[in-house]
Amino acid sequence: MKKGYNVIVSGVGGQGIILASELLSLAAMEAGYDVKKSEVHGMSQRGGDVVSHVRFSEKVYSPLIEQGTCDVILAFEKAEALRYLHYLKPKDGIVIMNNLEIIPLPVTAGEDTYPENIENTIKKYANLVVVDAIDMANNLGNPRVANTIMLGVASKFFDISEDVWIRVITNRVPKKTIEINKKAFELGRNLKIDF
Amino acid sequence: MKLLLSGNEAIARGAWEAACHVAAAYPGTPSTEILENIAFYNEIKAEWAPNEKVAFEAMLGASIGGARALVAMKHVGLNVAADPLMTSAYVGVNGGFVIISADDPGMHSSQNEQDNRRFAKFAKIPLLEPADSQEAYSFVKMAFDLSEKYDTPFIVRSTTRISHAKGIVEVGERKEVPVKEYHKDPQKYTMIPAFARKRHEILEKRLEELRKLSNTIEINQIIEGSPEIGIVTSGIAYQYAREVFPNATFLKLGMPFPFPDELFEKFASLVKKIYVVEELEPFLEEEIKILGYHDVIGKDRIPKIGELNPQIVRKSLKDEDLQSIPVQKAVKRPPAMCPGCPHLGIFFELKKKRVNVMGDIGCYTLAVLPPIESIDTTVDMGFSVSSVHGFNMARGEKSARKSVAVIGDSTFIHSGITGLIDIVYNKGFSTVIILDNHTTAMTGHQPHPATGKTIKGEPTKKLDFVKLAEAIGVEDIHVVDPHDLKATRKALKEALSYPGPSVIITDRPCVLLPDEWKKLQQNPKKVVDPELCQGDRCGNCFRLGCPAIVWKDGKAFIDPLLCVGCDLCIQTCPYDAIHPEDEYEKGI
Repeated sequence: MKKGYNVIVSGVGGQGIILASELLSLAAMEAGYDVKKSEVHGMSQRGGDVVSHVRFSEKVYSPLIEQGTCDVILAFEKAEALRYLHYLKPKDGIVIMNNLEIIPLPVTAGEDTYPENIENTIKKYANLVVVDAIDMANNLGNPRVANTIMLGVASKFFDISEDVWIRVITNRVPKKTIEINKKAFELGRNLKIDF
Repeated sequence: MKLLLSGNEAIARGAWEAACHVAAAYPGTPSTEILENIAFYNEIKAEWAPNEKVAFEAMLGASIGGARALVAMKHVGLNVAADPLMTSAYVGVNGGFVIISADDPGMHSSQNEQDNRRFAKFAKIPLLEPADSQEAYSFVKMAFDLSEKYDTPFIVRSTTRISHAKGIVEVGERKEVPVKEYHKDPQKYTMIPAFARKRHEILEKRLEELRKLSNTIEINQIIEGSPEIGIVTSGIAYQYAREVFPNATFLKLGMPFPFPDELFEKFASLVKKIYVVEELEPFLEEEIKILGYHDVIGKDRIPKIGELNPQIVRKSLKDEDLQSIPVQKAVKRPPAMCPGCPHLGIFFELKKKRVNVMGDIGCYTLAVLPPIESIDTTVDMGFSVSSVHGFNMARGEKSARKSVAVIGDSTFIHSGITGLIDIVYNKGFSTVIILDNHTTAMTGHQPHPATGKTIKGEPTKKLDFVKLAEAIGVEDIHVVDPHDLKATRKALKEALSYPGPSVIITDRPCVLLPDEWKKLQQNPKKVVDPELCQGDRCGNCFRLGCPAIVWKDGKAFIDPLLCVGCDLCIQTCPYDAIHPEDEYEKGI
């Protein structure tokens, strides 16, 4: 029996969270897992926090991950990694975090403060990978592939073969962006990780 | 073939395979994508209706006409359609008729969290409740056949975590079923009292037949496990319970109403202790207690408020939490209206005038939150128009000079028109503002009768708000561009002082509509001259509530990544500190 995974994909509305979790779910399905994923859309989420739960194993019941059982948090924004930290397994959990801070309205209005020392807080409880995904995407020539780079980094932690990933990306992203998305995925997947 | 489908996509697929001929809906979270997906199938005639009552009646009519028909709506939509719902149980069907109710426990995007399983029992209509996408697909398919076999509509109840969660679905192909013959039968379809009395008897007999079905149907099943704990459950709650109690014995109900009494008795004899795990109301628990089983654990431990999840089920029934990392303080990220949203201008002026604002259901409901904080009330679709009339009845003509209704274009067509007729007919003096952004924005840009487009994007007759208001008898009508603050202010002033009913139509497309978005992208972004900006001492532009305007070192700053290039903020600045970036760079 293959090991199952619980993954939280989080970020801010408009960052491509839903597409990233969709690609992950499709890859897991192609790899032969049972898959469920859950997120909420509706109330205009532009600028709001967005989270998607993805679970894949032999058989999945709940589409929601229980607190304390998440294997990997894939966060496209720093505070959005912190928000779901309590979902992570207390031991050996992995946080893959985009090195990006998006400051919300209540902070600029002086009603809330943006958390400090996010890296240190996370490191106390989990293995942290910080990815400069925006810079890396800009170097590739398109800031919008940052989420594919993040997915590439995450892909190393799952039991899903590279050709499955490439197939899913090729089938699912807009035709004109297939090549750059493949490159972005490879870039993430080959990122050296030490923790 | 296996597909990864959301519950809503699965419902659409199931309907298509079951040879559904016609379908209608009014958009509403979490149900919207059902019709959007049905519209992809050419074999099904799909329509957006002006509201849920019309959609329901159209589809009941289609069923009487012999077609297989589906109507979909969110939970509160069924309130709007409750009138035909209640009597549809009496008349029954000709072609199969399936009603989808998508409930929103936890109120992710709703004004209440009513449990529509109660509607099934109230209306005496059988209820199916899928627990994942695969069941959503197969239950809808099954419902069409059962509807025809038992001559009754069927309700299939989804919830947000069914409709919006994705799972693997093994799908099949469409098997064509012809539209049935129609035979005139007023005793069945015309509910004058004499005929309705007979139909009520038939309805009660039918319910007994349906209870027999409920006791034998394969989707009501006992999953045998340990005899120590037996769990009665349905819908998404099954998944959470199964997660927390993998080894228990389950009575999993795919058809919770009519309640399978005999099957339950059999299940009860197998287990020592009974838990009832259900979201929101004690619907199953009450049925069990009616059978005389009072020693069950249910809503005394499990909250009836909000959504369930695995940790709530664990905490409630096992009194334990899994070991986990403490909750960290993140940051508040409330949803906001978009940069350049056409609603920002009108609310800026309303706020300045300190008027009472009867709000309605749509993106603009967000104007209740800081920094706009303009809206006074929101209850249901159309409430703004009818309630501003009542509010002014209570508080007199003086109140009318400082009270308005604000209602979106789609919402006005849904339920605002009759309210406006009420104001005019009863010699009211209220002001109604129709926020016409040329789409149903909140639910993801569905067309409506005033857009001139159908669900398939085909051109059609376009409803004209001005002519409509004139026909109703409104004499003071203003059409303004809400991005022109001066014109908006003038219209507002005139309408509020007019001694009779007034209508203001703020006419500007939603910024997220592709054509509008492209147009705005050609405009220069706006920048703040920090030397002219008076910062904290002024703050006028900030009160627009545009997310692109942020505070930096005590001065306003426009985030170039968010700015869409409209010039609303320029008009709010008394110090002329905001300019288009090209002029600013040239030093003009």
